[in-house]
Amino acid sequence: MKKILKNSGVQSFLASLVCIILGMLIGYIVLLIIEPSGAGEAIVAVAKNFLGYSKKSMQMKYLGNTLTKTAPLLMCSLSIIFAYKVGLFNIGAAGQYVIGSCACLYGALVLHLSWIPCMLLAAVAGGIFGAVTGILKAYCNVNEVISGIMLNWIGLYFTNMVLVQAKDAASAYTYALKSGGKAAILPSLGLKSVFGKNQYVGIAIPLAILFALIVWVVLEKTKLGYELKATGFNKHAAKYCGMAEKRNIILSLVCSGILAGLAGSFMYQTDMEQWQVTIASVPAMGFNGIAAAFLGGLNPIGAIFSSFFIQHITDGGSHVDLNVYCAQISELISALIIYLCGFVGFMKYVMDSRLKKAEEKAMENSNTEASDKQVPDAETNEKGGNK
Amino acid sequence: MEQTYAIEMLNITKRFPGIIANDNISLQLKKGEIHALLGENGAGKSTLMSVLFGLYQPEEGTIKKDGKEVKINNPNDANDLGIGMVHQHFKLVECFSVLDNIILGVEPNKAGFLQKSEARKKVMELSDRYNLQIDPDALIEDITVGMQQRTEILKMLYRDNEILIFDEPTAVLTPQEIKELMQIMRNLAAEGKSILFISHKLAEIMEVADRCSVLRKGKYVGTVETANTTMEELSALMVGRNVSFHVDKKESTPGKEILSIENMTVASKLHKNNAVRNVSLKVRAGEIVCIAGIDGNGQTEFVHGLTGLEPLAGGKITLCGEDITKATIRQRSLKGMSHIPEDRHKHGLVLDYTLEDNLVLQRYFEPEFTDKAGFLKRKNIREYAEKLIGEFDVRSGQGPSTIVRSMSGGNQQKAIIARELDKDPELLVAVQPTRGLDVGAIEFIHKQLIAQRDAGKAVLLVSLELDEVMDVPDRILVMYEGEIVGEFDPKKTTQEELGLYMSGAKRM
Repeated sequence: MKKILKNSGVQSFLASLVCIILGMLIGYIVLLIIEPSGAGEAIVAVAKNFLGYSKKSMQMKYLGNTLTKTAPLLMCSLSIIFAYKVGLFNIGAAGQYVIGSCACLYGALVLHLSWIPCMLLAAVAGGIFGAVTGILKAYCNVNEVISGIMLNWIGLYFTNMVLVQAKDAASAYTYALKSGGKAAILPSLGLKSVFGKNQYVGIAIPLAILFALIVWVVLEKTKLGYELKATGFNKHAAKYCGMAEKRNIILSLVCSGILAGLAGSFMYQTDMEQWQVTIASVPAMGFNGIAAAFLGGLNPIGAIFSSFFIQHITDGGSHVDLNVYCAQISELISALIIYLCGFVGFMKYVMDSRLKKAEEKAMENSNTEASDKQVPDAETNEKGGNK
Repeated sequence: MEQTYAIEMLNITKRFPGIIANDNISLQLKKGEIHALLGENGAGKSTLMSVLFGLYQPEEGTIKKDGKEVKINNPNDANDLGIGMVHQHFKLVECFSVLDNIILGVEPNKAGFLQKSEARKKVMELSDRYNLQIDPDALIEDITVGMQQRTEILKMLYRDNEILIFDEPTAVLTPQEIKELMQIMRNLAAEGKSILFISHKLAEIMEVADRCSVLRKGKYVGTVETANTTMEELSALMVGRNVSFHVDKKESTPGKEILSIENMTVASKLHKNNAVRNVSLKVRAGEIVCIAGIDGNGQTEFVHGLTGLEPLAGGKITLCGEDITKATIRQRSLKGMSHIPEDRHKHGLVLDYTLEDNLVLQRYFEPEFTDKAGFLKRKNIREYAEKLIGEFDVRSGQGPSTIVRSMSGGNQQKAIIARELDKDPELLVAVQPTRGLDVGAIEFIHKQLIAQRDAGKAVLLVSLELDEVMDVPDRILVMYEGEIVGEFDPKKTTQEELGLYMSGAKRM
């Protein structure tokens, strides 16, 4: 039992769970303060999300919606994780996501390309944004957080400007792909029928999971991952042993940007939503990716589940009874829970130090017992000491 | 009459899972004495001091101050009892001034506003009284290591500490600074302070300490009066066997020229001048050339220029007949240059990587460890690591999968040496390879250097330790302010003569 608890993976999982529960609890308290009568119902609605529907087909359909939006979120969190392993905090993922969205929508609605070229455009655009941050970091020592945040805004207004070409004068939204660029819609692979005729469900979901596996393999099993992580842990040692540490910084931010750019493609090429060219804030997708990355213990596989959970909560927020609460409540509650998800590292630290203390106490107890019994235990201890 | 001690640690036992770090250890520190605590790496010195400092709670044993039993639960308790410590790695805020660092945590204030002039007066008084020269307004990052250490000492004095612990204080100092420190310690003891001096440098213990307690593998071996003992006896007590101080070696038979440096100039990062100016030297196969000098005379920059960590401002480097002036670090490494770096934590190791991953740090890209698709061959890495661990006796908790951060300094250094020597280099650049290590480990490393020489390799040793400079190399070059100011045959020179050149009093 102790051994299991000491395993870092298990600790991450438990810490994530504690954070989720705490987040729900605080959300519930806030609901109670605003309007006690509907609080229980509302928090259950958030937690249930698609399970709130009684009909099986409806459940599947709304599960499909959640999964469709999980795919881009997962890509964003992979983007964060990839850079984080190299010691970089790629807050620019939000902007790389935006510019990726821009590129694929431009490809689809203006150039009328099919889905694969659109996707590649998104990847390239995200990669270029990542490269800008990386080059600035490697050669001019510009903090990647600062340049990332600046690029987020540049990306946003650039996108708004470019996508004006892809909309009606009367509407703030770009054309739907099904009317303006049918070829660019991601194929459904027959998943549509599985999820209650939800036309948005498609290839993006398995692709995102595939990318999670690829990121894991690259980081853990390859020479490239070995170099990138070494650079992240100790860039002086990486330089000392001849790794091209500047190249590694740029490369990791390019990869990170590609992942975030693809997130844009996975979002808008499902045609579930259209880009609003009057929007004046960077979409939350990239930032939620940060929460998903930490909730998933900075592990690509963990991120699959944490991304789904965060999207689940976000969608669940829309099921809160708006006759009782004001319209912003759904966002507030999911934001609270997501916020708490950022505390996973802290929780893990608390758990770890508690465990160590308990262990030391247990040691003390067993030692007093041992000294009563004397010989055998002391001997084994000594052997350990001489190792 | 029973003697009263400033501090007594009686029958201290501290266990960690799977290991007894301190096994029934007693240590008694008299008032006004300098008491050395001697032991190899991992003997339990640090644990014992952590117990005294309240960082660990012992399972058994008591601590007495002036004959009264006390309980030390945390460093604040220790401070209240007048116990202060200068850590081996200084605990200073780099971007603060000397004065700010001294008063850090006990800032004199009125209603939250700093009263620095008061503090300044007290610090300057202490500085005069104990002859501790400092510049109170200089920033820590700009001053020498010696002055940083004096800052740490003043920190303790400012807090009116009576019991001063010095944790391997000489590891980072130059011979001149060591002399100064010894004098300072004597002054402090004469003023009634009690000093606990942790070291494994026997000569220093013999010179400055009154008594010496020896620990070995977590056990208390004994306490001796330094006046009645010899270095040989102390070292035998410490390692449990006799250690030869003299390095045995055959005459060198230098072969062809391996390294040739012509007019190397390297710019300094710290100031505008060139740190290395017009240095020319040659190293041949089968000889050990040592660059001696006081720390901060351009050795670091010289090595960085030679190994490719910093670009040259001018000059030419030739390795085995090939011009490598503009070669990258990796190219130099592949052409046969191995480098044991000065700072093993900063450059030598990825501390959060496992031992096996660190052992392949210079070779991971070779076909033996990476397949064509770019995947690491984990099985080969493990086998290779196990081979090196066996050959070089690198000790660690969990073998190849130990996180290097958790290993002792000596074994970390052994890991680096194993990695660099197994590359089978033409030229080995070893920078202070024995820094901070105990006698046993130093002996091992010196033997390895000489074995490289005898195998026909060229060895360039950079050292601050005069004993090492005299014993190991076949030729000595003295570096002063970035220039080579003299060349000596270790058999025909003395430490005193070298000292004159190292301090700039003479030059050829």
